[in-house]
Amino acid sequence: MIEYIIGHINYWLIVAIMMVGLYTLMSRSNLIKKLAGLSMFQTAVILFYVSLGKVTGGTVPIISEKYSLYSNPLPQVLMLTAIVVGVATTALGFALVIRIKEAYNSVEENEISAMDEKE
Amino acid sequence: MEQLTILLIVIPLMVAPITALIPSEKVTWLLTLIVCLISLGISCYILYEVIDGSHVIYELGGWRPPWGIEYKIDSLNAFVALIVSAIGCLSCLFAYRSVPDEIEEKMIPLFYAAFQLCLLGLLGIALTGDIFNLFVFLEISSLSSYALISMGKNRKALTAAFSYLILGTIGATFFLIGVGFLFAASGSLNTADIANRFDTFKDMQLVETALIFMIMGIALKAAIFPLHSWLPNAYSQAPSTVGIFLSATATKVSIYVLLRILFDLYPIDYWVDMLLPQIMLSLGCVAVIYGSYRAWQQTEMKRLLAFSSVAQIGYIVIGFSLVNQLGLTAAILHLFNHALIKSTLFIGAGIILYRTNTTELGNLRGLGKDMPWTFAAITLAGLSLIGVPGTVGFVTKWYLLEAAVEKGMWIVVITIVLGSALAIGYVWKIVENLYFRSKRKVRIQDVPSGDSAIAKTPRTMSSALWIGALLCIFFGLNTELSFEAASSAAAAMLKQ
Repeated sequence: MIEYIIGHINYWLIVAIMMVGLYTLMSRSNLIKKLAGLSMFQTAVILFYVSLGKVTGGTVPIISEKYSLYSNPLPQVLMLTAIVVGVATTALGFALVIRIKEAYNSVEENEISAMDEKE
Repeated sequence: MEQLTILLIVIPLMVAPITALIPSEKVTWLLTLIVCLISLGISCYILYEVIDGSHVIYELGGWRPPWGIEYKIDSLNAFVALIVSAIGCLSCLFAYRSVPDEIEEKMIPLFYAAFQLCLLGLLGIALTGDIFNLFVFLEISSLSSYALISMGKNRKALTAAFSYLILGTIGATFFLIGVGFLFAASGSLNTADIANRFDTFKDMQLVETALIFMIMGIALKAAIFPLHSWLPNAYSQAPSTVGIFLSATATKVSIYVLLRILFDLYPIDYWVDMLLPQIMLSLGCVAVIYGSYRAWQQTEMKRLLAFSSVAQIGYIVIGFSLVNQLGLTAAILHLFNHALIKSTLFIGAGIILYRTNTTELGNLRGLGKDMPWTFAAITLAGLSLIGVPGTVGFVTKWYLLEAAVEKGMWIVVITIVLGSALAIGYVWKIVENLYFRSKRKVRIQDVPSGDSAIAKTPRTMSSALWIGALLCIFFGLNTELSFEAASSAAAAMLKQ
């Protein structure tokens, strides 16, 4: 059991980051903090993929006669794309927050929804 | 022939950045319309090629699957691509007069560029046979739709877009986690490859978790009850053109992804044993009743239509959770029919917004006498929504009822009938306010001096509306065309 937990320590840490991200996302009413939570959530998934590709004792996947065991390069390549997507999402989110701040003069979700209901 | 499939993706991808750089609203509109028309032409042609059950296969960059990305087009792919590009054309036709009215002049090229990117993302989802590639297209379409929704006139559009961004990203990330689990188990991202080798890894716990994550993520994107909370605000606050396009395509394409995961990626027995059909069937039934009831409560036309979308998605969910040929056919057919009905109704709402600057039903009393043709078309589409014989809505509801009776699910039959009764309620609410209430003074939008154009419905808008309304009737009477495509797709999925 202990071995199982220690053997998968990277996955436990990833789950922890993911949950911190999701919790921040749900519990904060500040829109910037929500976006920060969202970013953490996405980062955890990126780490998860990168962990998947690691092969114990494997080396960089460049074919050479000296090595026969290579790490899987595919997850890292996939995550390059996912990082780009994540950056785009966060950037768009911040742009929206700026415009919300201009329109409502607030970035607190509860204040904004109170203003929306008044209309 | 194979090259044509990739053109569907490449053309909007190349044209969108060019569109963003052109400062003229007319030219950008024309470019967008041309892109939509080319997509429509290509997807019609591809559907014609594959409707007999054959495949068109394109390997990106010449890499053999499962290493490279493969586009394997069967009739369902082509059918969904056809829906997306057809609705793209319709909303583009409507956009000609509506977009300059609703969006700042300097933003218009960017608006059309984002519109093309959204089209590209949705077409990409419909065509690709690689689950990671699907995620990328999902994000392309979602990111551009957040931007499009935030361009709405009212400041509520910003908060609607923001909450859609948060929920949509959570959905997409859940999907990504699911893809990761499945990749860890199978070592592949190619749908066909995973399905072929499924038996070799089906005992792993990971595979089940992967399915749950992917379904959760996509259900959020598809606004399946109870994950629909982003939908009403997003669609009612978006600019009219965006509302038309997204309400008809975005959720439909997500449902298509769900169908692919359930019927192609995983063997049917696998998730039937997990009690998924029962869970989804009950969620679908609740969605029909809840969506229709909430729609009936609304006093604003676009919100009413958005809640009715929640209900209509419920019908589609019911259709495929029955897991028989007829039910699946009805679900696929309803993807098309609902896209047609809802876009027509949103075009109607857009015209009203353009002319009277409001879509509050209370303010529209008696307007039917001033705009008889517009309201005739809205009423036709409303009748289709209820499912009156002779319209497209009837066709799907009929097959759905038949499928439910075949399975002996009487509760589903009752739900469908009850849902239709509630639909009569909310459509009547529109009709009553427009025709049967005494007239109120409607605030017609300020007319710039020397311009009488705004006093009547622009021809592009009314033609878009009537194309939609007439297609609702056409496909209600000539069911063969859409039925053949849907049933061939359903048969392929059930492997019969």
